Amino acid sequence: MSTSTGFFEKAPGSPEIAERFADLHPPLTPVAAMIEANRCLYCFDAPCMAACPTHIDVPKFIKKIASDNLEGSARTILDANILGASCSRACPVEVLCEGSCVLNHHNSRPIEIGRLQRFAMDALHASGAPLPFEPGKDTGKRVALIGAGPASLACAAELRRRGIQADLFDARALPGGLNTYGIAEYKLPLVESLREIDMLTQLGVDFHFNTVIDARALDDLEARYDAVFLGVGLGAIRKLGIAGEERAGVTNALDMIAEYKSGTMTSVPARVAVIGAGNTAIDAAIAAVRLGATEVTMIYRRGPESMSAFTFEYEHAKQEGVRFLWHVVPSELIGEESITSLRLAPNLGPPAHRSENACEVAVDLLVLAIGQGTHTEFLDGGKVELERGRIVVSRATGQTSNAKYFAGGDCANGGREVVDAVADGKRAGIGIANYLEVAHANA
Amino acid sequence: MPTLETTFAGIKCLNPFWLASAPPTNCGEQIMRAFDAGWGGAVWKTIGAPVTNVSSRYSSIDWSNQRMMGFNNIELISDRPTEVNLREIAEVKKRYPKHVVIASLMVESKRETWHDIVQRVEDAGADGLELNFGCPHGMSERGMGSAVGQVPEYCEEITGWVKEKARTPVVVKLTPNISDIRMPARAAKRGGADALSAINTINSITSIDLETLQPRPNVDGKSSHGGYCGPAVKPIALNMVQQVMSDPLAALPMSGIGGIGSWQDAAEFILLGSGTVQVCTAAMHYGYRIVEDMSDGLLAWMRRKGYETIDDFRGLSLPNVREWKNLNLNFRVVAEIHADKCIGCQLCYTACWDGAHQCIHLDRADGGMQTLVKGTDPRYEHGEPNPHGMPTPAMVLAKSAMVITTTPIPKLDMSSVASGEGTPLHRVPRVDEDECVGCNLCSLVCPVPECITMERRDTGLPPETWEQRVAKREAAESVAATGNPNL
Ligand SMILES: Cc1cc2nc3c(=O)[nH]c(=O)nc-3n(C[C@H](O)[C@H](O)[C@H](O)COP(=O)(O)O)c2cc1C
Ligand code: SF4
Ligand code: SF4
Ligand code: SF4
Repeated sequence: MSTSTGFFEKAPGSPEIAERFADLHPPLTPVAAMIEANRCLYCFDAPCMAACPTHIDVPKFIKKIASDNLEGSARTILDANILGASCSRACPVEVLCEGSCVLNHHNSRPIEIGRLQRFAMDALHASGAPLPFEPGKDTGKRVALIGAGPASLACAAELRRRGIQADLFDARALPGGLNTYGIAEYKLPLVESLREIDMLTQLGVDFHFNTVIDARALDDLEARYDAVFLGVGLGAIRKLGIAGEERAGVTNALDMIAEYKSGTMTSVPARVAVIGAGNTAIDAAIAAVRLGATEVTMIYRRGPESMSAFTFEYEHAKQEGVRFLWHVVPSELIGEESITSLRLAPNLGPPAHRSENACEVAVDLLVLAIGQGTHTEFLDGGKVELERGRIVVSRATGQTSNAKYFAGGDCANGGREVVDAVADGKRAGIGIANYLEVAHANA
Repeated sequence: MPTLETTFAGIKCLNPFWLASAPPTNCGEQIMRAFDAGWGGAVWKTIGAPVTNVSSRYSSIDWSNQRMMGFNNIELISDRPTEVNLREIAEVKKRYPKHVVIASLMVESKRETWHDIVQRVEDAGADGLELNFGCPHGMSERGMGSAVGQVPEYCEEITGWVKEKARTPVVVKLTPNISDIRMPARAAKRGGADALSAINTINSITSIDLETLQPRPNVDGKSSHGGYCGPAVKPIALNMVQQVMSDPLAALPMSGIGGIGSWQDAAEFILLGSGTVQVCTAAMHYGYRIVEDMSDGLLAWMRRKGYETIDDFRGLSLPNVREWKNLNLNFRVVAEIHADKCIGCQLCYTACWDGAHQCIHLDRADGGMQTLVKGTDPRYEHGEPNPHGMPTPAMVLAKSAMVITTTPIPKLDMSSVASGEGTPLHRVPRVDEDECVGCNLCSLVCPVPECITMERRDTGLPPETWEQRVAKREAAESVAATGNPNL
């Protein structure tokens, strides 16, 4: 058993990074929070609550901010979403709670739910109060959770509140998975993810770090535990499939983000190109700007109408000065030891665009962000049903085709947001408890 | 062109807007600035018996993002020497001869003392007198203010003493801290008052500091009940003004007071019979400048309605206030939700279920609840049928809790979320007209103007009041009784 608290103190990082990646959405002042909270209509069966994958009772926690009951507000948030602080910063609220706020139809200014949620959570953290939940009475049941990302953490919290032992196994040295290593630092600083996990661990969660679970190890866990939760996320970013990808100056978005967040990368060269147009690609491109690149280009094989990034992310990238090249694909990486330029070939698209798009771009750093593969090979052989590498689950319970196995997060949903992983983990935690026929100790 | 010029109890006024006797009328310098800002008159901060004030003095009730919905004070009458007030009254009248200066008075309940003060303020040039029979704190403990206003006999007697001496119109300011405001009003009228003003402040304790357990305003850890005023008291004041103005034994020219801050407020007081209106809290909150829009807005409204003078609409709403027994029982309205305006907050739904008659339902098409879901409603646990036959709020919530939501992936599964489309139909509630009792509650809670309207439904019955119905029943019973051979 490894230590389960004090991650916050162990957080890597650098002051330089903290300065360059200041909050995109700064915290609300107490006055601003009060005014905003009072603006909420306190809807019945509120659409914002329905739109939240974890179904946080938004009007309830906002009302508690307005009544100056910040303790109750944070408890309301955490009760539905044990990573409420992380989600308040990382969530694409524009397409979730805030996007469905009825005030969009009223005066076109939705309630700033995300910032209010952060306000309540910051207040809880500042107060130094403990997590407002107790572990359930010990049932003697034990669950192994593979991966210590948001899905496993949320699942573990549900299990602990029901008196079930939760042991988490993760290949990294710190918990949180992409919540810790993968969210743009100006949204969710690495250290804030760890702070929240420190709180969660007050429920008595056991971590086993630097531990890779292969097929053999899994068999062992299966024998020793009453159930297994798979929260392994997705695998590495896909390769381009053209010659020279291993050469210096070529990296991928997830590694780049993890490195700058941990403070091991504090600058990038002048010319950076990012291949891909998803939210991760945009995070990498904006990070390149903040890390000192003077020319950041995003390269996408289709047009803006097909990009998978949220519209507000696209707008943000443009504001940061990122340049876009549409309807082109990399055809050749040029450079001796290290990459110096990238040849682009036209891709399908409106003929008008095609001809001018064939070109060569000077590049010092090439960042690949063309989607992640899966890493569920250790489950091959029919342990659980997979579909193109994804673990097939019952959405309501997280149960896989193998009754003893549950799964959630990116490895099951194909790669969505932190809040989706938390929701998956929460449902699976309840699903496992029901499977183990444990009465709700704390319900 | 309509005009705001008016005459009140014989006093010519540039407009009906007066500052009430209070801190905004504490001294001549203030009052002259107020006249420059557009106020037609000012009732001087009450002059009389010498006092000492405490610190602090005010407290208030905030509402949502709005400060001072209700305001409370434990201040006494003017704490300046009477000679200074008199000198400044003379100065103001000399410089502003067309503006109205009313001297508010409160002295010991002695005939000579009253005669003396009346003589002195009239000599100083006051256009009229207001007898402060209303101050509910401090002064009342010394037998003045509301201690007088609450006893009709004292009211009548002191008004009589003042009238013996006064050469200018005498206004009696009434206290609301009494069960029937008509009694002191009638007494004042019997005593010879030329006019009335109402209301003064209402006894109150505004709040208690939950850390120290001490009420506000805090005077060395203690407080005292104070006088409540501001927007919160307007409905109480309107009712009292109407009570007095509908009573022939009490009605006199009325200066309406209580929670006035806008031209609409002023118009309402005038429609219930006021000839002028007085303002305190709103001026203390926002300054004298508020009178500009009060004048501007009232004139624009008069133009729209075709009224030339204040008198053209003064009291026009009085006949529309009836005793309950004279209301038409056969008049029926029902709520109608205009789906095109609805934003889907469902406040009307929860209000009707918990606070009215369970006749708003969430069963429109497009994913609405068609079949009953077993919720946490305890009646289900006990195997009882749902008494309403419709999904209860608990069932609605239980169904929503079961819905699995995920973050939409852009371009793939963007739903109507944030798409700028209108409210999804299943969020728009439906009114069961047959069950609706027409209480108005839903239309009051709805945040969208004109979204829920109350629509008239013809009952096919002629108008009938409770009084008429009882009379008819009694007539029928007496016929039945006389027709009964056994009686
Ligand atoms: C701080 C304060 C002091 C007041 N002093 C007096 C006073 O000396 N004499 C008086 O007749 N009324 C006094 N009043 C009552 C006001 O004249 C007025 O009747 C009351 O505030 C209701 O009007 P409003 O709602 O516009 O404030 C005072 C009110 C306040 C708030
Ligand atoms: S939809 Fe908007 S107004 Fe309604 S409860 Fe949610 S945040 Fe408040
Ligand atoms: S008016 Fe009718 S629908 Fe509206 S709350 Fe009252 S009873 Fe319900
Ligand atoms: S209160 Fe008004 S806006 Fe809200 S659901 Fe009802 S009708 Fe629609």
